[in-house]
Amino acid sequence: MIVGKTLREEQGMMPKVFGQYVGILAMLLIAVIIGAVMVTGSWLFGPKKVSSYKNAAYECGVEPVGNARERFPIKFYLVGILFILFDIEVIFLWSWISIFKHATPAFQKFTFFEFITYMSTWIISYLYVIRVGAIDWDETVSLDSSKLTHMSPIQESELEPIGVTN
Amino acid sequence: MTGVPLIGYLALSILMFCIGAVGVVIRRNPIVIFMCIELMLNAANLAFLSFARYQPWKPAVGQIPTVNAYDVRGQVMVVFVMAVAAAEVAVGLGILMAIFRLRDRVDVDDLNTLSG
Amino acid sequence: MYYPPVPTVDPLALGPVGILSLFGVLGLVVELLRPKGKNGTIMLISLVGLAASAIALISDFGAGTVRSFGQMELHDHLGSISELILLVVATITVLISEPYLKEKKIAFGEFYPLLLWSTAGAMIMSTSSNLLMIFLGLEVLSISLYVLCGISRSEEKSEESAAKYFLLGAFSSGFLLYGIALIFGATGHFDLLSVTSVWANGSASSHNLLLGGFGLIVVGLCFKTGMIPFHQWTPDVYQGAPTNVTAFMSAAAKVAAFAAFWRLISAFAPSLQYWLAPLSAIAVLTILGGNLLALVQTDVKRILAYSSISHAGYILVDLLAHAKDPSINYVSMEFYLLSYALMTVGAFAVLSLLAARGKEVTKLSDLNGLWKRNPIAAVALVAFMMSLVGLPPFAGFFGKVLIFSDAVKAGLVPLAAVLAVGSVISAAYYLAIAKAAFVDEPNESPVQRPATLGPQTAFVLCMIGVIAISVFISPIQSFFQR
Repeated sequence: MIVGKTLREEQGMMPKVFGQYVGILAMLLIAVIIGAVMVTGSWLFGPKKVSSYKNAAYECGVEPVGNARERFPIKFYLVGILFILFDIEVIFLWSWISIFKHATPAFQKFTFFEFITYMSTWIISYLYVIRVGAIDWDETVSLDSSKLTHMSPIQESELEPIGVTN
Repeated sequence: MTGVPLIGYLALSILMFCIGAVGVVIRRNPIVIFMCIELMLNAANLAFLSFARYQPWKPAVGQIPTVNAYDVRGQVMVVFVMAVAAAEVAVGLGILMAIFRLRDRVDVDDLNTLSG
Repeated sequence: MYYPPVPTVDPLALGPVGILSLFGVLGLVVELLRPKGKNGTIMLISLVGLAASAIALISDFGAGTVRSFGQMELHDHLGSISELILLVVATITVLISEPYLKEKKIAFGEFYPLLLWSTAGAMIMSTSSNLLMIFLGLEVLSISLYVLCGISRSEEKSEESAAKYFLLGAFSSGFLLYGIALIFGATGHFDLLSVTSVWANGSASSHNLLLGGFGLIVVGLCFKTGMIPFHQWTPDVYQGAPTNVTAFMSAAAKVAAFAAFWRLISAFAPSLQYWLAPLSAIAVLTILGGNLLALVQTDVKRILAYSSISHAGYILVDLLAHAKDPSINYVSMEFYLLSYALMTVGAFAVLSLLAARGKEVTKLSDLNGLWKRNPIAAVALVAFMMSLVGLPPFAGFFGKVLIFSDAVKAGLVPLAAVLAVGSVISAAYYLAIAKAAFVDEPNESPVQRPATLGPQTAFVLCMIGVIAISVFISPIQSFFQR
């Protein structure tokens, strides 16, 4: 239905369109400010220790110089796994909150309890992740010793005598 | 609505699905296979979204019609599929890591301990 | 402005699944606090959870068809029966697990919460006609099972089975999901209820979409139930996974997948002429192929894997009979699933005795001398094998007779004949297992532990069940039909 528009009408639409994007512009501005504050803040107040690791071009566990086809440590997968899980949690909150604002009070009340249930499962799983030491870099230090022995093939000497169960 | 017709999106989605399915069959690295599976899931997501965008809202049996311009159910399905895919990624990579700890090399051709 | 309605909550429909998930979380919290090396508390919590879930289920049994949660949850009789079978399977698995995990030195208390969540996923899958819920239930079931398969982290074969199951399972859910997308495109709904009317009134293009979607979903479900030619993962995964997980997987995944398959087939019954032939071919291939391939195996778990493939074929025959003649209802399928679940879980419960001191070998010869070491287990194993063959006093016989008569009634005589031939072939390898346990003498004295209370209870219960449900077949049928 854009066919029959006069120039005047199109000009009239301009501020309206602009108004829709004010929020995004403000967010961009805030993002820039936060970034600037954090960088300058850590530059001003942070400790300055110089080591060969710290001076590396890319200090995340991968050798910056060398064969590009090098396999990087599998521990990154672990961090990646946990990141993805706790990252994806938000998408359900997004779909919920996008209608929450316009909904009836009864709906708001009902879904709020659903939200509490949902988030409490995430909190329990987060506690679990911390407890089993999944975010620690070295599993041999953090994992419970009874579980760790099973990473390596079982030694004959560790075995219980026959018939001992429960 | 102007622009790309529904069939265009569907063609792209079917193409993605076929690339993914063929990739699963011919590639040997489990992580690449897994990426192909993700491609298949995303092909389905594209199909959901395009069907949802191009179809008028049809209330379910016994449901009160509302004034949505198009069906949001396809979009909600996509949200669920993304969550499921993330869970699968987590478990899949975990399993591959566990194999890696045992044998230092991951390749589907090496998964041959089990046989009759 | 859009005012979303508040979903109707049917607490009784939510009950069984909700209680199970909650007790799973509770088990995880106990694991968080980690009592030193003891999983007893967690096991107790899961048993209590299963019992509470069963009480919630039975208190509402046969309340008629109720839809709640914005039509997402369908509470009907087929679903309730499936849930009941699933709870039985999970309980037996919990009973056999603790001594087995101890022998295999698997110290993960997470086993029990995962088992409960897996059961909850299977229950969600069997109590909805909404494709979104079926997909979610399937994924909850499968993802938990991937982890459970790989829970024996020191064993390469366990990890390998987990990887295989995971890659092929995720591949098959890709097909399932694309099928759902096509059905959504044709009908604008995720509910299988809308399929029939769209098929009756729709255009040619919507028919094509529906048939394409149906085909892809069938491929996905055939992967999950292990039909030939989508069965390649089954023997490897069954062999590699810890035996208690195999027991659970062989029964629970089938019960849930067939409940969903049943709803799918019912919804698509009007378009029967397009897909009856290919599905019949799959059924024939599955029955004959499963039985013939089982003959050449030497590992008991692989034999039982191929046997589970052929049993999936028998059940598919019943689904096709239902599609052809809608008056055939789910009673014979559910009866068959119940008897199959008891026999196969019982057989794996006996096999779980073979694990000793962190090692496990499941060749046929490892069963030798079971009769001397543990007479009750040997007798139970023979009962399960006879029942799996389909010999008269046991439940398997009546299950097969029900499916056979359904097939004949619906005019699928060739399929009924294939079913009979398959059963005859199957006698060879089932009786070989029985012979290995009873007749053959072991070459050297194998290390084998005596059965503890848990597994002993489990397979005695299964044996009683296999006989009892054939004795009380007509009350059970009328109970299922109510």
